[in-house]
Amino acid sequence: MDATTRRRLLMAAPLGIAAVGSGLFWTLLARMQQGTYDPHALKSMLIGKPLPTFSLPGQPPSAGFANTDVTAGKLPALVNFFASWCVPCIEESPTLMALQAKGVPIWGIAYKDSVAATTRFLNTRGNPYLRVARDADGRTAINFGLYGVPETYVVDRTGIVRLRYAGGLSEDSVRNTLAPLLAKLA
Amino acid sequence: MTRALAALGLLLVLAATPAFAVSNPSEMLANPVLEKRAEAIGMQLRCLVCQNESIEQSDATLAAQLRGIVRRRVLAGWSDRRIIDWMVARYGNFVRLKPPFDPMTYVLWGAPAIALAVGGAAVALARRRHPVGPDPLSPAEQRRLADLLK
Repeated sequence: MDATTRRRLLMAAPLGIAAVGSGLFWTLLARMQQGTYDPHALKSMLIGKPLPTFSLPGQPPSAGFANTDVTAGKLPALVNFFASWCVPCIEESPTLMALQAKGVPIWGIAYKDSVAATTRFLNTRGNPYLRVARDADGRTAINFGLYGVPETYVVDRTGIVRLRYAGGLSEDSVRNTLAPLLAKLA
Repeated sequence: MTRALAALGLLLVLAATPAFAVSNPSEMLANPVLEKRAEAIGMQLRCLVCQNESIEQSDATLAAQLRGIVRRRVLAGWSDRRIIDWMVARYGNFVRLKPPFDPMTYVLWGAPAIALAVGGAAVALARRRHPVGPDPLSPAEQRRLADLLK
């Protein structure tokens, strides 16, 4: 390699690095837009582990439930934390209703909310839940490692947590993430 | 002199203490020694909601709740290590503002050494390419130079 070629290569290097960098950045932004990448999402410590032990009172008229009730069905199921005061929870409710219509068992946990507000929420937005329990002080949520509502946990038929989805579910996230996983676990 | 003193004063004020969100005295433990320990533990724990503040600095309700948990466990006589492990079991190592040295963070902690090695290699390479300057002038060349500069 003579001196001129070397100099040309050196001159082109920053451009090349910038091009590769912007390519990667572009992919990142595209995936963020698709919802397949969330920079704030945390990896759940529950993945590959059984549900934490809990036993919560019911949101009337629903009976409460415990971790053992979720796994007793021996079917893949969702555990969904929600609250009437949370906007993404309102946004995801049609998606949950659609999942319920397809026969997916969804266990609801009302996070830090009053009975009256939860009742109002379920009456206006629909109730996609098999049962609704109340985590009024949010202590069970901490044992789940929850850091915001809504959060949805996918439990397989043996009771092992396979996915935590933080944030509101949408048609896109169901198509790209949830539905393929549920199909695999079924 | 006065200006220097004022600057020093400002620096001291700014450096004195980090801003604690625990403005509510009812949150604090009555025993100042235990409260100090709880604060030290809380400063090492990340608020999961804001993600760049410790739970001691954050106003998020989850942070307040975690502060309460730290304080109750301190009162119950748990060690710092055990309290932090309790948090890590739920929220992962991300909850620790100072990540531990493990396979996930080798590159992170090794970054200064790696940077030094890369820089050192670059310098060594550049040195080798242009080893030393040209040979010194011979006596004949020196005479000629002296003539030219006359």
